[in-house]
Amino acid sequence: MNKFFKAKQLLQLIEANFRELMREPAVLFWGILFPILMSLGLGAAFSTKQDVIRKVGIIRTTDSIASDTPAIKNFLLKNACKEYHANEKTTYYSYKIKNEKLGNSIFLFQEINWKDAIVSLKRGKINVVMEEKNKQISYSFDPSNPDAQLTYIKLTKFFPSNNTYVSQENTDNIKLLTLDGTRYIDFLIPGLMAMGVMMSSMWGISYTIIERRSKKLLRRMVSTPMKKSYFLISIITVRFVMNFIEAGLLFLFAYFAFGIHIQGSIPALITIFLAGNIAFSGIAVFISSNTSKTEVGNALINVVVMPMMILSGIFFSYHNFPDWFIPIIQKFPLTIMADDIRGIFIEGAGFAETFIHCLILSVTGILFFIAGIRYFKWY
Amino acid sequence: MIIEARKVFKSFKAVQAVKGISLNIAQGQFVALLGPNGAGKTTMVEMIEGIQKPDKGEILIAGKNWKGNEDELHHLIGLSLQETYFIDKLTVQETLRLFASFYGEKKGRVAEVIQLINLEEKKKSYVVNLSGGQRQRLALGIALLNHPNVLILDEPTTGLDPNARRDIWRILLELKKQSNTSLLLTTHYMEEAEQLCDYVIIMDNGSILKEGTVEQLLNDDNGSKTVEFTLDGIYESIDSDGMLPKIHWNQTSQQGMVLLNDIEKDMKAFLALLERNKLRLKNIEIRRKSLDDLFTSLTGKHLDE
Repeated sequence: MNKFFKAKQLLQLIEANFRELMREPAVLFWGILFPILMSLGLGAAFSTKQDVIRKVGIIRTTDSIASDTPAIKNFLLKNACKEYHANEKTTYYSYKIKNEKLGNSIFLFQEINWKDAIVSLKRGKINVVMEEKNKQISYSFDPSNPDAQLTYIKLTKFFPSNNTYVSQENTDNIKLLTLDGTRYIDFLIPGLMAMGVMMSSMWGISYTIIERRSKKLLRRMVSTPMKKSYFLISIITVRFVMNFIEAGLLFLFAYFAFGIHIQGSIPALITIFLAGNIAFSGIAVFISSNTSKTEVGNALINVVVMPMMILSGIFFSYHNFPDWFIPIIQKFPLTIMADDIRGIFIEGAGFAETFIHCLILSVTGILFFIAGIRYFKWY
Repeated sequence: MIIEARKVFKSFKAVQAVKGISLNIAQGQFVALLGPNGAGKTTMVEMIEGIQKPDKGEILIAGKNWKGNEDELHHLIGLSLQETYFIDKLTVQETLRLFASFYGEKKGRVAEVIQLINLEEKKKSYVVNLSGGQRQRLALGIALLNHPNVLILDEPTTGLDPNARRDIWRILLELKKQSNTSLLLTTHYMEEAEQLCDYVIIMDNGSILKEGTVEQLLNDDNGSKTVEFTLDGIYESIDSDGMLPKIHWNQTSQQGMVLLNDIEKDMKAFLALLERNKLRLKNIEIRRKSLDDLFTSLTGKHLDE
C-alpha cells in the first residue's frame, strides 16, 4: 500500500510537469520548431549554388575599344550584353556561363584606364585586367589570389589564340562530391540533435529547479511526505521524453527535406542519445543545486552552454582550432555526443565506436548528479 | 501538548532572530503569534515546521523530535508558507491532486477541500489567473488536505483586502467548530488574532513580550481604557509628569495615546495635565484597549510599523 501511493506521487509529479510544459506555447517553439528552422536556414544557406560573379577590366588606350582591342570587342559584341549598373555608375558587358552542376558564372567586363584599373584591383572590385596589343591579349592579376587565377584560367578559354570561343563549359570530366554524408546539412543535423539535448536539459531542468526554489515551491513540496528524489526524477523524466520527441521530429524533418539517412546502428544511436541525456541532466542538477536566484542560474547555465555550443563542432568543424586545443575540445560532453551521433549518421559507426563514450557520458552525468544532490538546497 | 518548544534560539549571521522562546500548544487550541515584521515569527514557525533547525533548545511535535521522524511529522502537519507560488499553468484541481498524492489522500478529498475553500467555480482555472485571496485559499486548502493535527499558517492574510481576509477567517472558524485541529498562526493584524485565536503570544525582537488569552491580555489591568488624542500645535513629546501612565506621543502623526486604568480618576488628572502645560485638545477618543494598544504600550511602536 505504502509503495503504491509512493509510485502515485511520482506519476502525479511527472503528469504535473508535463502539463506545465505542454501549456507553454513557447516550449513548442523553442524546443521543436526552432531547431527545425535553424536546420532549414543553415541547410539552405550552404546548399544552394549561387552565381559567381567575376569582374574583369579591359584597358582601352583610345576612346573606342573597337580600334585597339578588336579580338575582345568582337567576342563581347557577339556573346555579351551591355548593361548599366546604376549603383556603381558603370556600364558592363555581361557574359554568363550556365552550369547546372557548379553554379553559373557571370563575367562582367568593364572598360577602364590603367590608373583606375590599379585602384579597382587594390579594392578587390575587379581581379583581372586584360589588355590587347597587336592582336595579343595579356592578363594582369595578383598570382597569390586564387580567385584571380581561376578567372584568368577561365578567360584564357574564351580567348584562345585561334579565336574560337566557348560558350558552354565542358564539365564531363568533373565529378561532384555528392555522396551521402558529405554535405553541410549532413554535418549539421547530428550536431543540432546533440545541442538540442544539451540546451533543453540545461534550461529545462536547471531553470525549473531554480525557479521552484526561488518561488518557495520547493520548500513547500518538501514540507510534505513527498519523496525528494521523485521531485528530481520527474523533472528529468519529462526532459528525456521531450528530448526524444524533439530529436525525432528534427530527424524526420531532415529526412524529408534533405534526404538525410542514418547509415550506422540505430540502437547505438539511441544509447548515445540516452547517455548524453544522462550527462546533461546530471550537470543540470549540479548547476542548480544551490542557487535560488534565476539571474545566477542564467549565468551558470550560459557558462556551461556557450563554450560548448561554439567549440564542440556543432556548426563548423573544431579541427580548425589550434592543435593543442583539439584534445581539450574532444573531452567536452557535447563534443563526444555530437561526434558520435555524427559518426553513426554519416560514417556508419556502431556500438564498437560509441560504447566507451556512452559509458563516459553516463558516468559524468551520474557523478555530477551525486555531487549536486550532496549540496542540494531544498529550503 | 501537540507542540512544545523549549528555550529555542536561532541566529542568522549577525542577527539573533529568536532568543529563547518557549511555547506550548494543546490539541484543538488556536494560537496566534502576534508581532510586527521582523519580530522572528516566521523563523519560529519554520523551526516548528522542520524547515529550519534551532541553534539551541528543543521542539517536539506530538512528543517527537524532527530528527528521524520527518515522514511521520509531515503527515501530522499542514502548513502554508508566507509566500508560495504554485505551478502557474496547473489548475486549482490539478494542484490539489498533486499535493494529495504526496499524502496518499484519495481523489474524493480534493473535491472536499475545493468545497471547503470555496473555489468550486475556479477549480479549472490556472493558478496564475487566481486573485490574491483565491491563491491564499488554495494554499490553505493544500494545508488542509491531509486532515492535519496541527495547522501552521504564516501570515495567511497579509496583503489581502478585508473581504478576502474574512473569507479565510470563515474557513478557519468553521474548521475550529468541526475538527480538533490545532492552529498556530502568525500575523501582524491584531484583529485576526482576536477573531480566531484562544491564546495570543505577542512577540517582538525575537522574544515573547506577553502572552495569554485575549481576555487576559486586555483585562489584566482592571479594564483599562485607551485614550487617543490630538492637540493644537506641534509637539515633540508630551511628558506625563509621573502622575499618569506613560503618554506615547507619535511625532509624525502628532497623535498621543495613553492607557488609563481608572478612567474616572485618571481622566481628571489627564485633563489637569493638559491645562497645566497649556495644551489645547483638538480631538479625543476613549475606547476599550486593543492588542495593538497593548503592543504600543509595551514597545512604543505599532504592530504594522
